Amino acid sequence: MEILVCVKRVPDTAENEFELNSAGNDLDRDDLVYSVNEWDNYAVEEAIQIVDKIGGNVTVVTVGDDESEEVLRREMAMGANNGILLTDDAFEGSDGKGIATILKAEVEKGKYDLIMTGAQADEGAGQVGGMLAAMLDLPYASLVNKIEPGEGKIKVGREIEGGNQEMNEIELPCVVSIQTGINEPRYVGIRGIRKVASVEIPEKGASDLGVDASAVGEAGAKTKRVDYFVPDLGDGAEMLEGSTDEIITALIEKLKAKGGL
Amino acid sequence: MTQIYAYIPFANGTAEDVALEYPSAAKKIDAGATLTAVVAGTGADLDKVANAMTAVYKEVIKIDNAAMAYPNAEIVRKALVSVLPADAIVLAPHNTFGMDLAPGLSIKMNSAYAADIVDIEGIEGSSLKLIRQELGGAVSTHVTTDISAGAVITIRPGAFAPVEGGSAGGSVTDKSADAGDLSAKRKFLEVVEAEVGDVDITKSDVLVSIGRGIEEEENIAIAQELADAMKAVVSCSRPIVDAKWLEKSRQVGTSGQTVKPKVYMAMGISGSFQHLGGIKGNPFIVAVNKNPKAPIFQVADVGIVENILEFMPALTEAINEL
Repeated sequence: MEILVCVKRVPDTAENEFELNSAGNDLDRDDLVYSVNEWDNYAVEEAIQIVDKIGGNVTVVTVGDDESEEVLRREMAMGANNGILLTDDAFEGSDGKGIATILKAEVEKGKYDLIMTGAQADEGAGQVGGMLAAMLDLPYASLVNKIEPGEGKIKVGREIEGGNQEMNEIELPCVVSIQTGINEPRYVGIRGIRKVASVEIPEKGASDLGVDASAVGEAGAKTKRVDYFVPDLGDGAEMLEGSTDEIITALIEKLKAKGGL
Repeated sequence: MTQIYAYIPFANGTAEDVALEYPSAAKKIDAGATLTAVVAGTGADLDKVANAMTAVYKEVIKIDNAAMAYPNAEIVRKALVSVLPADAIVLAPHNTFGMDLAPGLSIKMNSAYAADIVDIEGIEGSSLKLIRQELGGAVSTHVTTDISAGAVITIRPGAFAPVEGGSAGGSVTDKSADAGDLSAKRKFLEVVEAEVGDVDITKSDVLVSIGRGIEEEENIAIAQELADAMKAVVSCSRPIVDAKWLEKSRQVGTSGQTVKPKVYMAMGISGSFQHLGGIKGNPFIVAVNKNPKAPIFQVADVGIVENILEFMPALTEAINEL
């Protein structure tokens, strides 16, 4: 099976405390730690496991700048066979539809049976997979937490509310977005990264892809982020301060009053 | 005039809570807009929901087709594209169904898309200003979306105040004949119910709930010792289940269990909306997190900025000495 996995380089929520810049309209990006979007790791792992089982190739693709190449290499160190970097100044400021438009152009240059994305990324919209499927007129399933490959189709489980799982049969080719927990993504060590350090990763821009530059990027975006801010949420928690002993004494009194002890 | 259509999700003949939240969102978009409920499904359950919606909405569109006996988003999307005007503003919930439906719907309707909206500032010209969150709720953003050719907007369930139903006196219009071809390349098979675990966290008055801050699987014992001291049960947030350190039945959140304890000890949990969505009944929430900016501190009653791996043993010891 030929599988394409769309990945993204994002600020790592586990490694950063997010603060606004001095102007108060953007994140302070100077010291941010970036990594591959957590959901994408599960998608790549799932793709590798499918190919290990039934054969084929895994290609990872991302839309980004030069620095996004490192996430492609990381996923190739996991076991993806090929990487493709879609990069162009004209892509900057794209909304979800813009990203899907760029990816669609690349998908049409290959012949993929299965296209995967993470269920969501840093912006939390969870939109690119569903848009890409609709643009390609392919069937789509989101929040997939189980895949059983079959002949010309796959069986997928979707995570739905309450811990339940919705089972579907979906014809190939198709697009699925992968939920965390579907597998246990393998560890990538320094040695694995070194192995793929010199592998050529092709770069493609708007003209290579035949993408109309005015349909993507800032120019083509219908939905645009204006600023970042920290909302005033009123009181919030009563913060207990002092030494650990003092905090524990105060907390125990409160827990007694509220039925916790 | 702005025309807003609210997609009403339902199960077993009852609309989801978001059905009462759309009118508040629609009013914030444009107080003068016409608001129409759209109910898609089949049979008696569909009729029951459509009729119930006439108490809340003046206009209710019903789309009845056996293909939608289960809400397969691929099929519902086709029906909505056929029935709704191209420049409609469509509201859907940002939940597991809305995430399946809405992005593709925006492409097929050739309209703008804005996801997981938590608040709405209003329309200026053809631009609608909205508020959403990024990075797991760590920061909020204002976004503008160009609604001149229509828009699909998913709202976060629970983010908008529910309205009191009962007086709209609406009527149902049957648009089933307009639904068109509802064939799909994705077939719904069945819903597999969640497995029942070793412990029922929904029955416990006190939960010691752990998140990423627990760092290592072996550290779960530290939380269990605290839970034992408090006669509580250990529950967790999603990353702990993803790592396979605890069973899925221990997970609190929209994709896990809904709990109603008296006291909720959030230990090293950042507090995503999906997690908070599983905590009901307004419990006393104690949050301990080493990150002072963790979103959990916005909703907790008591907050403590400490490393849980040091704090929990100290608290356990103090409780055992009482």
